Amino acid sequence: MQDFAEAFRLAARLVLSGDPTLMEIIALSLRVSLSALAIAVLVGLPAGAFLAIARFAGRNALLVVLNALMGLPPVVLGLLVYLALSRAGPLGALGLLYTPTAMIIAQSLLITPIIAALSRQVIEDLDREYGEQFRSLCLSPYRRIAVLVREGRLALTTVALAGFGRAIAEVGAVIIVGGNIAHVTRVMTTAIALETAKGELALALALGLVLMTIALLVNGAVMAIRLGTGDERHA
Amino acid sequence: MFPASPRIAALALVVIAAALAGLPGAAPATAGEKPFIILQSTTSTANSGLYDAILPKFTERTGIEVRVVAVGTGQAIKNARNGDGDVLLVHDRAAEERFVAEGWGVARFDVMYNDFVIVGPRSDPAGIRGLKSASAAFARIAEAKAPFASRGDNSGTHKKELRLWKAAHVDPIAASGRWYRETGSGMGATLNAASAMNAYALTDRGTWIAFANRGDLAILVEGDPALFNPYGVILVNPARHPHVKRREGQAFIDWITGPEGQAAIAAYRLKGHQLFFPNARREAKARERK
Repeated sequence: MQDFAEAFRLAARLVLSGDPTLMEIIALSLRVSLSALAIAVLVGLPAGAFLAIARFAGRNALLVVLNALMGLPPVVLGLLVYLALSRAGPLGALGLLYTPTAMIIAQSLLITPIIAALSRQVIEDLDREYGEQFRSLCLSPYRRIAVLVREGRLALTTVALAGFGRAIAEVGAVIIVGGNIAHVTRVMTTAIALETAKGELALALALGLVLMTIALLVNGAVMAIRLGTGDERHA
Repeated sequence: MFPASPRIAALALVVIAAALAGLPGAAPATAGEKPFIILQSTTSTANSGLYDAILPKFTERTGIEVRVVAVGTGQAIKNARNGDGDVLLVHDRAAEERFVAEGWGVARFDVMYNDFVIVGPRSDPAGIRGLKSASAAFARIAEAKAPFASRGDNSGTHKKELRLWKAAHVDPIAASGRWYRETGSGMGATLNAASAMNAYALTDRGTWIAFANRGDLAILVEGDPALFNPYGVILVNPARHPHVKRREGQAFIDWITGPEGQAAIAAYRLKGHQLFFPNARREAKARERK
């Protein structure tokens, strides 16, 4: 298994050399997945908060569907987005296929259900915990949600990290809608798939190590922010 | 109405910054960008490094960038039918001619060729080493029930493989899951699988030469005329798909079938081997003779 040692050497060399192609691929990976996360949070968090508080007919069925969508295979979603964005599809005229935008769309759709379903759970649990107090304070639903989101921010940050993790790690959707075009839509995961296809296993593994390092740095940064703001004491 | 919390403000800032970072990419990339075409292509030409070597020359000459989507021939043709590409460069002549006949493509031009080879474990349990006939080799593999890794993905290589089984009077699908193993993936992934299983496989020579994870595999059968592997280039029909970049796409086809592109293909070497042999000019002459 000399591939492992070779992979670590290659990964170190790649990162230290600041290889411009690698930096470009890393930057695009972060841009696509962070954008997808931003969109997913903007849509998923309010949706989750609403579902946590609201009671209406069919809510349980909706929750089951939402929870099930967390398991949507990226390749299936990629295929659906491809069919929509293809020139032969309903949104073909936009010419978005094989662009980073298409990848952002696919990843947003992939992780919005995750953000919505998990934040629903977080907020609903908190709501149960604080229910008595809310009733005694006669808070409006909006005010109630605001308090719950603030109180649940630590768990909600973890929810966002879960969404980000899913987005940055997936390959099935972006390789279909992005096309893995060099310098245009090639991200870490599709580059890894390509190097594997070339039989360059050590290089593929090295890229994987770089990807895991990035994930580690992102999570570390979030932890540092928490500690810096003293949030951990309340956690 | 939100309690003024610096943490929430910070979080909001991060989210907004991330959203803004995404915005430049969210706008359709057109204005001020250099012209480009999308080339729906087979994987062998991309994975072997050919495009990296020759496409910059075309871009330098014409200012047109070539964005390569490298997928199996079957998928490339499907994508091109949907209009998701300007030019198609693949290697399944029958399917290419059907593509043009059905009006999806304007015309097919020969570009280059290489050949397929049969690779397998050095121990060669089916005893095919040095056979002159690919179908005879396939018949022996079936007879020995020796593991064979098939693309199984409707690619140009897969179609060629199925024709060879037919010529060998073997129905490999009947043995699917036993000695016949369909990987359903690209050439590289299939070679990775063959390498891990010590299985036989059919591969184009270009991918094989470029392939870095051979394990115990080696070329066992080559040189049969049935293993000829021609590549064709087709402009997607603007009459079917009006957004097709006819001028830029045609410029690419003219270049790759012209003296400069053909010379670039012939000059490409990997590990000292010539991977692709240009044949556009020869075809043009043959057509004149007709």
